[in-house]
Amino acid sequence: MTPLLEARGLSRSFGGLRAVAGLDLTVAPGEVLGLIGPNGAGKTTVFNLLSGFLAPDGGDVRFGGRSIVGLPPHAICRLGLARTFQITRPFARMTVLENVRVGALARHPRAPEALDRAREVVERVGLGARAGLAATALTIAERKRLELARALATEPALLLLDEVMAGLNPTEVEAIIRLIRDVHASGISLVLIEHNMRAVMALSHRIVALSFGEKIAEGTPAEVADHPRVIEAYLGDEYVRAAPA
Amino acid sequence: MKWLIVAALAALLALPAVLSSYALTIFILIFFYGFLGQAWNIVGGYAGQLSAGHAAFVGVGGYTATMLATSAGLTPWLGMFVGAALAALLGAIIGYLGFRFGLRGFYFVLLTVAFAEICRVAVSNIDALGGPLGLYITFTGDPRQFQFQDPRVYYYIALALMLAATAIAWAIGRRRFGVYLAAIREDETAAEASGVNAFRYKMLAMIVSSFLTGLGGTFYAFYLFSLQPNSLFGIPLSVEIIIRPIVGGAGTLAGPILGSFILTPLAELSRLYLGGGGLHGAHLIAYGVLLIGVVLFLPEGAYPRLRRALQRSRRS
Amino acid sequence: MGVDLTLVLQGLVSGLLFGGVYSLMAVGLTLIFGVMRVVNFAHGDMMVWGMYLAYLLAARAGIDPYVGFVPCAAALFVLGLVVQRGLVDRIIAAPHEMQILLMLGVALVLENVALMAFGPEPTRVRSPLGAATLWLGPVFVDVARLVTFAVAVALTVAVSLFLHRTDAGRMIRAVADNTYGALVIGADARRVYAVAFGVGAACVGAAGALVSPILPFQPSTGLSLSVTSFNIVIIGGMGSLPGAFIGGLLVSVAESLGAVFFKPSLKELMSFSLLIVILLVRPAGLFGRRTL
Repeated sequence: MTPLLEARGLSRSFGGLRAVAGLDLTVAPGEVLGLIGPNGAGKTTVFNLLSGFLAPDGGDVRFGGRSIVGLPPHAICRLGLARTFQITRPFARMTVLENVRVGALARHPRAPEALDRAREVVERVGLGARAGLAATALTIAERKRLELARALATEPALLLLDEVMAGLNPTEVEAIIRLIRDVHASGISLVLIEHNMRAVMALSHRIVALSFGEKIAEGTPAEVADHPRVIEAYLGDEYVRAAPA
Repeated sequence: MKWLIVAALAALLALPAVLSSYALTIFILIFFYGFLGQAWNIVGGYAGQLSAGHAAFVGVGGYTATMLATSAGLTPWLGMFVGAALAALLGAIIGYLGFRFGLRGFYFVLLTVAFAEICRVAVSNIDALGGPLGLYITFTGDPRQFQFQDPRVYYYIALALMLAATAIAWAIGRRRFGVYLAAIREDETAAEASGVNAFRYKMLAMIVSSFLTGLGGTFYAFYLFSLQPNSLFGIPLSVEIIIRPIVGGAGTLAGPILGSFILTPLAELSRLYLGGGGLHGAHLIAYGVLLIGVVLFLPEGAYPRLRRALQRSRRS
Repeated sequence: MGVDLTLVLQGLVSGLLFGGVYSLMAVGLTLIFGVMRVVNFAHGDMMVWGMYLAYLLAARAGIDPYVGFVPCAAALFVLGLVVQRGLVDRIIAAPHEMQILLMLGVALVLENVALMAFGPEPTRVRSPLGAATLWLGPVFVDVARLVTFAVAVALTVAVSLFLHRTDAGRMIRAVADNTYGALVIGADARRVYAVAFGVGAACVGAAGALVSPILPFQPSTGLSLSVTSFNIVIIGGMGSLPGAFIGGLLVSVAESLGAVFFKPSLKELMSFSLLIVILLVRPAGLFGRRTL
């Protein structure tokens, strides 16, 4: 089966710093891939490379079989690869509905239809009651939903979620896990960058672990959780020696 | 609200019957600067790309139409579109350079100012275009040469221009074009991530804006019967163009119009009472103070504040 | 080549000497931008006020601009302080467009108050050093230019010492480098901003006074000086003090050599064209190396 997304030998440096080095990544259709690693491992850089916001120094990215390296972000979005930002970027002076409409316009160029479609998406993510509010009036949890909704409105085949749970309390995390499951059930593949290990383990089919821009482990959640290099990357090597064999 | 607009329109259409010729002139200027402000609004307000060099488009439009009229005998009614097309070409060049090279904010402002100044100095140094003294249009009063004996014709033309630009801005605002421009203005990166081709839409906005502004150049030239590079390409005109929408409310439909109704009479008054001749600077000082005041106290402009106040009073 | 080598050499030397003033001017702008990320559109107009103040001191009080640059710098320091505390400070968190418009407003006010006060005709300050020249080998040098250069460079060095050797200066650099970090260690950001803006304005005040005997000026000179400042600072790297210094010398030499080869009335044209080229070649996010 052709992978939905395939990155090979992906590399990117900033000055002398190698942010991502020779990364291979695949996402199968219908899969949820977790992307973990300590801060500074290069996860968001990977997202930027995949979504066209950064150009790779080397390597290739294929989406649906075609190379998307060099395409501008809006073109990649239209091909069906959408992403959210770690720090949410709502259109401040627009309402929730208007924000989502911008995404919907990508598939429904006529403004009234786009608005209808946006309304559906807004309901679906649970912001129906807040639809007419300015984006700046939302709580953090609501802004994360808005960010998700706007990306959903572009009707992606693959959605990259960058730390969508950061800053949420446990109740909000539960709620968003349910939403993500729902999104996945509708046929959208996902890549999740997350620090919330419980959530990542629960949601992902496979996990890729990065450290200093390199892949250090890949496999099922159980395999990766026990992987010595992953433990070392997060906790330091005393814990590796202490871990059960 | 709709009735208010219809009533205002009817009043404006009937006004020339009762206005003195001096008052008529003021209204012509109100409409004309309202028109230029609305044209700027499309790229400066809706798209949020601050251009401080829009006078360049007025100059290109005006000089083109004038040269075509005096040396090729082309009626300005056609010449104005040639001028506007050339202005749009310049707009496309500036837009391409600015947007392709990722110039935003302060860098884009500098780019637009640089182009306007280059045009000004270049035209000042070209004798065929009249050099620093400029060009003069002989008065014939012939409507086919865009000249009218009756100042009321200018009034209606200026009003028509302002309404046309407003109608275009309104149409843009309702469609995807307008929504995308607003998204670009709010957060271009997020817009790109949502499928908006920021480059294309900024270019379109720039082209439409510069085309309309270029049309205004012809009106300016044939209303004043003279063109000087310093007046037509210079910073003072660029300031006149942007200050009305900014004070009135950039990115709103009524902003440039409201701004013009507020500022144009004010500018005329200051010109009258603080004297002409060497005290040209007086109204520009007022503009500077106003810009500072707006930024500090009324960043969205007068119209949004007014609208909120009206909504609040309607509720209570 | 049909051009006299001596002329070229002359142009080089004159340009270099004049560059001292450009450097000082650019250093002022860099300080303001480096610390506050504020683009001072009124920079050139502030410098013109430095010139007019020097003119007033010379004409009314008989004070030589080479002495008068001190009160000029002081006056502009106060102006910078007032502008920063009264205006810029209030919009420090607002979107960049607002800041641009604010400084445009300040520029409009400064230029047109000068226009109303002094009229549009060009002025020049007469200095007792006025016409004296020296011979340096094959080229001759205006003593005035030499003194201007010396004082300008001295002031630039002084500013650099201030930034690197005094506590206040170190605080300014800390805030410029890492505002949050500086706040954590107790920096009073607002005071730092005010001082930085004041010192930046003082630099152009002094630069204006120093150049007033050499260059005829009028209120509209402000714009071209602002453009030149931006040119220099963008070339040298926004926020880099050494960059501003070297850039000032480079741009001045380029202008001077340009005058040797091309028609002088095209100077403005070349200045703006250069700006466009620089803007395109060094695209947006070009925040040079912040080595304040």
